[in-house]
Amino acid sequence: MRFEDCNPIGDKHYRILDFEGNVIREEDIPSFSDEELLYLYWTMLFSRTIDEKNISYQRQGRMLTYAPNIGQEATQVGSAYAMEKNDWLVPSYRELGAWLIKGVPLKNIFLYWYGNEWGSHMPEGVRVLPISVPIASQLQHATGIGMANNIKGEKNVVVTYVGDGGTSQGDFHEALNFAAVFKAPVVFIIQNNQYAISLPRKVQTASETLAQKAIAYGMPGILVDGNDIFAMYSATKEAIERAREGGGPTLIEAYTYRLGAHTTSDDPTKYREDEEVEKWKEKDPILRFKKYLKNKGILTEEWEENTKKELEKEVTSTFEEIENKSDTLIEDIFKYHYETMPPHLEEQLEDYKSFLEGGR
Amino acid sequence: MANKLNIVEAVNQALMNEMEKDETIVVYGEDVGVEGGVFRATVNLQKKFGKDRVFDTPLAESAIVGTAVGMAINGLKPVVELQFMGFSYPAFNQIISHVARMRNRSRGRYTLPMVIRAPYGGGIRALEHHSESTEALYAHIPGLKVVIPSTPYDTKGLLIAAIRDPDPVIFLEPKRIYRAFRQEIPEETYELPIGKAKVVEEGEDITVITWGAMVRDVQKASEMVKEKGIYPEIIDLRTISPMDRETFIESVKKTGRAVIVHEAPKTLGVGAEIVAIINEKAFLYLEAPPTRVTGFDTTFPLPRGEKHYIPSPERIAKTIEDVVKF
Repeated sequence: MRFEDCNPIGDKHYRILDFEGNVIREEDIPSFSDEELLYLYWTMLFSRTIDEKNISYQRQGRMLTYAPNIGQEATQVGSAYAMEKNDWLVPSYRELGAWLIKGVPLKNIFLYWYGNEWGSHMPEGVRVLPISVPIASQLQHATGIGMANNIKGEKNVVVTYVGDGGTSQGDFHEALNFAAVFKAPVVFIIQNNQYAISLPRKVQTASETLAQKAIAYGMPGILVDGNDIFAMYSATKEAIERAREGGGPTLIEAYTYRLGAHTTSDDPTKYREDEEVEKWKEKDPILRFKKYLKNKGILTEEWEENTKKELEKEVTSTFEEIENKSDTLIEDIFKYHYETMPPHLEEQLEDYKSFLEGGR
Repeated sequence: MANKLNIVEAVNQALMNEMEKDETIVVYGEDVGVEGGVFRATVNLQKKFGKDRVFDTPLAESAIVGTAVGMAINGLKPVVELQFMGFSYPAFNQIISHVARMRNRSRGRYTLPMVIRAPYGGGIRALEHHSESTEALYAHIPGLKVVIPSTPYDTKGLLIAAIRDPDPVIFLEPKRIYRAFRQEIPEETYELPIGKAKVVEEGEDITVITWGAMVRDVQKASEMVKEKGIYPEIIDLRTISPMDRETFIESVKKTGRAVIVHEAPKTLGVGAEIVAIINEKAFLYLEAPPTRVTGFDTTFPLPRGEKHYIPSPERIAKTIEDVVKF
C-alpha cells in the first residue's frame, strides 16, 4: 500500500508525521508500545550525544576525523528498527543510529573512529559489516549476502545504506542490477542528505528523484521523508517483509539533510547558505518525534533531561575508557592478513621488534 | 583408469571434485553456466550441480567479485571466474579495498574463503586486452594470495588448495598452455601446498626462476644451453604471493647465479622483487648480477607483434649464457 501510493517519480514523500509531529496517515502508524517509542527516541538522543561529544573531542584534539550523523537520526534509527536480529546490516560510514539499534557496542564505535581496527570486530551475533569507506562498494556485499541467503534457503534480509553521491558510482548500478536479477532479499536505502561533501544533490544526477532509479532496475522504489521516523520504519518494514517472502529487493530514498559537516575536516559554510541550514533545523527529526511523543503524553521534560545526562555520562566514560588504552599492538598489524602468517611477514615483524628492542 | 588431462580440463575436474565434497562451493561469472565458460573450464558443472550453485551473471566484474565478498561472509565459498585477466580491472576496487582487507579490518571477525579465477597471459593471437599478465598488481597487495600453475597436475592440486584456503586466492591460469599438453593425474581430489615452489629441473650452474606459461619456454631454453654444457636449475614459483623464497634462495646459494623469466613488463614486475630478495639473502654467494628476461615495458602488442614480446627460448638461452659467462 505504501509503495503503491507513492510513485517514486515526482516529489511526493511518503510521510506519516507532519513537521509538527501530527499524524497524517493514521493507518500506517506502527503499533509500538510506549516503551518502544521511548527506546527509539532514546536511541536518537544517544546518536546525537555521541556525535556532539565526538565533534567536541575532535576540536580538543582528542578524536580523529569524524563523520557526524546530526539530522539523519530518524532515517537510520527508523529503518534499522524494522530489522530482525538475524537480518544483516551493511553500512557505509554514516549510519550510527542503525549501528546502535543493531547492537554495535559504543566501545566499538569509538575504537573505529579513534583509529583502531578492533572497532570493526563486531561481537558474535551482531550481523553488522565494518564501515565501508569506498563509496557504494558495500552495496555489492549486501547483494552477495542476499544471494547467498537465497542459495542456502535462509530467510534473513539485508539492509544496506548509501549516500546520494554514491548513486553515481558504477557499483551502485551493478549491485542493484544483480540484486534485482537474482531476486536478492536486500533493502537499499539511499540517505539523500542533499550533499556529497560539497556537491549538491541536483548536480549529482539529472534524475528527478533518486528513488525513481528503482524503476530501471525492475524493483519497487519509494521516496520517503527521512526525517519522519515512522515513515522510515514503515517503508523499510514493508520492503523487508517483501524481501523475506521472496519478493526481491527494494530501493528507498530517504530524503533528509546533513545538518553538520561531511566530516570534522569539512567546512560546509563554503558551499551552502546558513539560511538553508536554519530551515532544515526546523525539520530536525528529533524535534518532530519529540512533538509527537509530548502530544501523546509519553515524554516528559524531566525524562528527557535525565536521559540526556545519563547518555552524556555513558558516552564520556566509554570514550575515556578507550582514550588511553587503544594503541594498536604491533602483532595485530601483522596477524590478521592471513589465517597463518606467511614467512615474509613473520620476518618483517621480528625485524621490527628487534629494532625496537635495540637489537640491531 | 587413465585420467590424462590438459590444464583447462584439470581446472574443470578440480571444481567437479570439490563441489561434490563441499556443498557450500558456488561457481559463477560470465557465461560459466549454460555455456561452460569461454574456455570451457566450467563445462557440465551446471548440469551436475544445478543453477543454484553454478550460474551465469550479468556482465559486471565488480559485482561478480563484490557479491562474492558478501557470499563468503555469509558462509559460502564462491569460486568466481573473470573471463580474462584484462577484464579484472573493473573489479580492482573490490579486490583491493575489500577482498584483500576484510580479515584485517575486522580483526578476523569476517574472513573470505573465495577464489577469483582468471586466464592470463598472451600468445594466443587474441584481441586487445586479452593478453594481460599483470600478476604483480595483485601480488603487491597484502591479504591476497596469487597462484599460477604451469601443469595439469599442479593446476588441479593448487586449485583445490585455493578453494580450501581460508583466505582469498587470485588463481591465474596460463591460457597459452591451457591445451598444450596432457598429463596423467589422479582422478580423485588432492591438494598441493600454496606458497611452495617446485624444482622442475635440477642443475648446478645457474638458477632460473619462472612461472606459468613461461616454464615450458625456460625448459626449451635449458635444452639449448645444456648442449653448451650449462646445466640450469629451473624453479617454478607456482605461488607468486606469498612467495617461497627459501627454495630459490637455497638454489642461488648453490649455483651463484640467477635469471628470472616472466611474461609481464620488466619494471616493478615480480622479477624485480625476486632480484631484491636474492640480494638481501644471498648476496655473498653471487657470481653474477641476478638478471631478468621479461616482456617489455610496453603495452602487450596486438597479435602481429606478440612474438617479439613474450621472451622466446632463444632470448632466455642467450641471457642464461651471458650470466654464466659474466
